[in-house]
Amino acid sequence: MSAQKVKPKVAFFDFASCEGCQLTVVDALQTHLDLLDAVEIVNFREASSERREDYEIAFVEGSITRPYDEERIKRIREQAKVLIALGACAHTGCVNAMKNLLPPDEVRRYVYGDCAEWYDTYAARPLSAVVKVDVEIPGCPIDKEEFVEVVKALLVGKKPPIPDYPVCVECKLKGNVCIFHVGGICLGPVTRAGCGAICPTYGDGCEGCRGLIPHPNENAMEEVLDEVGLTLDDIMHYFTMFNAYREVEDGKWAQR
Amino acid sequence: MGATVKVDVHYVTRVEGHGNIVVDVKNGEVKECRFEVVEAPRFFEAFVRGRPYHDINHIVSRICGICSVGHSTASTRATEKALGVELTEQGWLLRKLLFHGEILDSHVLHTYYLVAPDFLGVPSVIPLVETHREVVERALRLKKLAGDLCAMIAGRHTHPCALVVGGFTHTPTERELRQMRERLVAARADMDATVDLFASLPWPQFERETEYVSLHKEDEYAFIDGVVVTSDGFTYPIEDYRKVTNEYCVPSSTAKWTKHNRESYMVGALARFNNNYDQLHPWAKEAAARFGMKPLVTNPFLNTAAQVVEMVHCVEDSIRIIDELLTRGVREEKPVSVQVRAGEGVGACEVPRGVLFHHYVYDENGICQEANCIIPTNQNIANINADIRALVPQILDRPQEEIRLLLEMLVRAYDPCLSCSTHFLRVEFV
Repeated sequence: MSAQKVKPKVAFFDFASCEGCQLTVVDALQTHLDLLDAVEIVNFREASSERREDYEIAFVEGSITRPYDEERIKRIREQAKVLIALGACAHTGCVNAMKNLLPPDEVRRYVYGDCAEWYDTYAARPLSAVVKVDVEIPGCPIDKEEFVEVVKALLVGKKPPIPDYPVCVECKLKGNVCIFHVGGICLGPVTRAGCGAICPTYGDGCEGCRGLIPHPNENAMEEVLDEVGLTLDDIMHYFTMFNAYREVEDGKWAQR
Repeated sequence: MGATVKVDVHYVTRVEGHGNIVVDVKNGEVKECRFEVVEAPRFFEAFVRGRPYHDINHIVSRICGICSVGHSTASTRATEKALGVELTEQGWLLRKLLFHGEILDSHVLHTYYLVAPDFLGVPSVIPLVETHREVVERALRLKKLAGDLCAMIAGRHTHPCALVVGGFTHTPTERELRQMRERLVAARADMDATVDLFASLPWPQFERETEYVSLHKEDEYAFIDGVVVTSDGFTYPIEDYRKVTNEYCVPSSTAKWTKHNRESYMVGALARFNNNYDQLHPWAKEAAARFGMKPLVTNPFLNTAAQVVEMVHCVEDSIRIIDELLTRGVREEKPVSVQVRAGEGVGACEVPRGVLFHHYVYDENGICQEANCIIPTNQNIANINADIRALVPQILDRPQEEIRLLLEMLVRAYDPCLSCSTHFLRVEFV
């Protein structure tokens, strides 16, 4: 009789999100169907009716946007040995946090009018604002290949290979013409790599969806943007598309 | 003695987003019977205000992971109309080809991954890897083809980076187009197998006629632009979308409901099929015949079958578009430049789930002042509820588990996109 390998039990959950990261996970099966041999998926609402609560690893997509979400994520944190923030909404707040730049009541009234009272909401925030997160997979959406590498690393107990260097490095390695040199705007110099510099490779400047690198040279970045003729308002637009939560928390939004 | 049935599905599985089904029947009397959307609202229309025109489509793309090409397309169309930007012919062809990629991707996901498990008696596609490996590999292959088609044009399917106002920041090479054409031709075998599989399934028998609403064009099966038509005989320019939608608030739902000529209406593949059958590719019509489908089809469960028909159409039409691109010769094109001005525009397209509207107002600096998005799934929620109310009395004599499954299958048949439907809310333009 052959020894049965014990497969870790995995679950997927989501909060306020577009579910694009979970869809990217499903797409990873196109090239890595054997991932299903390595883990046991016990809970994945979008793809399966199977709903068990005995998971050990929880992938969570989405931002926390209302008090009820806090109860849910705390329960998930309690159950899971490993909690993984899946994608920008969970990692940095992503575009959900753009709502935080506006006065909260105004947002509710604009969108729901007289029905505003029915809708419970507060400033959108990443998972780490509420619970301890073990691993953060950046990106909007996540990168399929990076996701597979992270899973492989986790399965053998290694540190997930997520780079700390900026997107510029990946652009240079690809031999891309720099976006600034063709009249575009790009946050590559301060944004975390790992996506293969996909947007600049396709001609669109980096919008910072993977979050800033540790110790980004923000002053130098602002100088570059100023040199190409952006006003302070323009610069704030770039930094608050995917990084609004950080800009509000760091006080930069209030300062301008 | 009448039946007592209690169904409380908290978060329907195998749909995009969070929704509940609640049915309460006592002694044969239906006390409660509804589908409610409980997804967390994100307030997109509020926070795109104050943002420059070139940011908008990349932001609203994030409304949805499956129909991000759809949101981005409707959004750029609205902005292009508002600012008077005309796409080039090549730009139009690439927009249509990209759109076919998304329709294919989403329909493969829905038919194979979300709906098929119910017919094969499994909770998801995962157990099918053991028992029906060939079917799963076919689904993965088709989905990869669709994803690669989108990636060839715009970088990726979810949140297409190269799709911008005025066209694209990237142009595929002729070599890439030729290789993609070969793969699409090879996919015909997979499409045949798909029609065989889904035409053989025991589709639930349930008829309820409603009004079917979609875009329409005379010269092609409309996915982008056109006019809005309804099966009850109404036609509207896209700019008059609010005469169709007439939204209203409902307490049980974070998403609003809509109605037009009847208490509710349906959008999506079945609505498109009913209104635009003549514009389908001949092979798609043949596929429809395999299902015994010809307009007017009034069984909502066959929305999934209409998606299979559209998959056949999109594969063939993609080949046609690639042939046109290659015949014209592909040129590296930058997006059409924008003369910033004040303006207002409405963009509409048929995302996998139905007609989507994006409406923006810009000031003279190209900064968004007002935004409104009407999501197809919102337009379906009233109809889903009307279907549930009609179906429940018909199936009260069945075992409770079967009732629950059939109601879930009904909701799934609509392919609802609930994340989309709850970013959405009413806006008054003054």
